[in-house]
Amino acid sequence: MSTILVFAEQQDGVFKKAGFEVVSQARKLADESGADVVAVAIGSGIEDKTGVLGEYGADRILLADDEKLENYNPETYKNVFVAAARDTKAEILLFSATTTGKDLAPRIAAAMDSSMASDCIGIGLNDGKLNVDRPLYAGKVFAHIVIEGNPQIASLRPNVFEAVKSREGQNVSAEKISLPDLASKISVIEVRRSGGDKLDVSEAEIIVTGGRGVRGPEHFDIIEELAHSLDAAVGATRAAVDAGWRPHEDQVGQTGKVVSPNLYILCGASGAIQHWAGMSGSKCIVAINKDENAPIMKKADYSIIGDLFEVVPVMTAEVKKFRE
Amino acid sequence: MKIAVCLKQVPDTEANIKIASDQKSIDESAIKFIVNPYDEYAIEEALKLKESQGAESVIAITLGPDRAKDALRTAVAMGVDDVVLLKTSANSSDALSAAKSLAAKIKETGAEMILLGKEAIDDGSMQVGPMLSELLNIPCITVVTKLEVNGSSVKAEREIEGGVEVLQTTMPCIITCQKGLNEPRFPSIRGVMMAKKKQISEEAVELDDAKLAVSSLSYPQSRSEGKIVGEGTEAVPELIRLLREEAKVI
Ligand SMILES: Cc1cc2nc3c(=O)[nH]c(=O)nc-3n(C[C@H](O)[C@H](O)[C@H](O)COP(=O)(O)OP(=O)(O)OC[C@H]3O[C@@H](n4cnc5c(N)ncnc54)[C@H](O)[C@@H]3O)c2cc1C
Ligand SMILES: Nc1ncnc2c1ncn2[C@@H]1O[C@H](COP(=O)(O)O)[C@@H](O)[C@H]1O
Repeated sequence: MSTILVFAEQQDGVFKKAGFEVVSQARKLADESGADVVAVAIGSGIEDKTGVLGEYGADRILLADDEKLENYNPETYKNVFVAAARDTKAEILLFSATTTGKDLAPRIAAAMDSSMASDCIGIGLNDGKLNVDRPLYAGKVFAHIVIEGNPQIASLRPNVFEAVKSREGQNVSAEKISLPDLASKISVIEVRRSGGDKLDVSEAEIIVTGGRGVRGPEHFDIIEELAHSLDAAVGATRAAVDAGWRPHEDQVGQTGKVVSPNLYILCGASGAIQHWAGMSGSKCIVAINKDENAPIMKKADYSIIGDLFEVVPVMTAEVKKFRE
Repeated sequence: MKIAVCLKQVPDTEANIKIASDQKSIDESAIKFIVNPYDEYAIEEALKLKESQGAESVIAITLGPDRAKDALRTAVAMGVDDVVLLKTSANSSDALSAAKSLAAKIKETGAEMILLGKEAIDDGSMQVGPMLSELLNIPCITVVTKLEVNGSSVKAEREIEGGVEVLQTTMPCIITCQKGLNEPRFPSIRGVMMAKKKQISEEAVELDDAKLAVSSLSYPQSRSEGKIVGEGTEAVPELIRLLREEAKVI
């Protein structure tokens, strides 16, 4: 029986949706090929939180639980995962392309002398080999890649694959694995979370982004309010970030984050090619711009020609009407 | 202390990308190439560290075809002391084989601080830094927005989803640079003159066999023609209706 090993990412004991997406996708591949899906959960005090991985399709759950594993540390997490990959003789290793996944997966690939494809938006098996699609040149073209290594390794872009509870109610209990040496040359001194429960653009299903047209940090209230009414994250163009109106972590684009929400609402931004590079994977795009000739107006699914200072507050009011 | 910077030459962000007739690579004929934007932060940080820590020298390494020499000249113009081109014929899409060649060269330089971009914007793979960490067996901190070096101790802030992580390690180490770390300087006129005259040493490298292969390239599906819903606030109720009933996204 071949094995697909999945890194199930968690933070503060909460497993991430991006991880469920990968487990679900692994389940699909396993159903086609007769493989086992094995999820690896790494953290501290998370034993009673792992069950949900079975519902998304994990046949087995390997648990590395230790105080020293509370925060993500690239070296300890790598050593734990590599040990699990060797023990299970997994042929396929899958990660989500979150900040953590992007940091971790290449280390594991190099440690196991295997290549990997990151940030994939399509995945399948052909003759037992992993075939993936991934964007190149900020999404201007896509590459179809055949992965040959042993193990075959890929990370999947968040929000692209569905998280499906294909085994609702299934009870898979976690198996504790013996831990490798947890020494590391890197120590985590502090983890600072930005204000309360701020939703990160890379994890949001709806994003409302403001650009230069917002004209100043104080006016971002208008954007925040629309975002709040939709449970959305607030994004920014580089023009807004460079002006110091928004933190860099909010920037979407070629030198910011690549996002793929269901709905992307762009207000007072032209839709420059470098911004488009970060948002082009959005399923539905709305633009609010007073210039009907702005590049975004040709690309958005729906657009309103108008002043954002008038249009956006009315949108918030309309959303509140049906959401209440 | 010696500092090494790995930099890659990539197509300009505005470049129009056309697939070549082999369907596996891109047609480079009309493309303007630049230094990968994130690698400019790496160069800047190296130069700043050289000044503040009294480092011996900064060497920039690039792996690529002959055209990549231009990127190295830019680095010289910014103030980098030495440059080397690891010259390849094949255009590798495999980060591991690139990382192996870079690792061998870095080892040779004896650099204790190795700076990279967080990501090359052409393949966007974000793999080379963490892979070098394994290959050289030294720590790597990725996506760094703040760096403090004190003797051999290194403190770095890295961007994570919804926050910042503060990590500590010791040199030798690898840092991958994110926007926010610094403001890259412009080349000085003197630097540009020096860069023109600079003899760029090159070493031919054979890339290790890749364990993945691009079978074909394709263009993204074009999005369906958009709809201008209307002008001003009157258009809002219709927009909301379309989002609920047609697109079904809210
Ligand atoms: C190497 C490189 C990397 C880059 N990376 C990124 C990146 O990651 N992300 C990014 O966003 N950009 C990036 N850029 C910058 C990009 O080229 C654009 O400059 C930037 O996206 C423009 O931001 P903007 O749309 O907010 O501003 P502008 O292009 O100035 O557009 C403002 C728009 O707002 C409209 N407007 C003004 N007032 C109103 C109003 N009251 N109501 C409605 N509409 C109004 C205007 O009609 C205009 O269309 C990069 C550039 C380079 C060279
Ligand atoms: N061919 C190359 N030559 C030199 N440095 C490279 C090369 N490819 C990648 N790098 C370095 O590794 C970083 C990350 O690249 P990547 O892993 O391809 O996204 C880049 O920002 C560069 O600093």
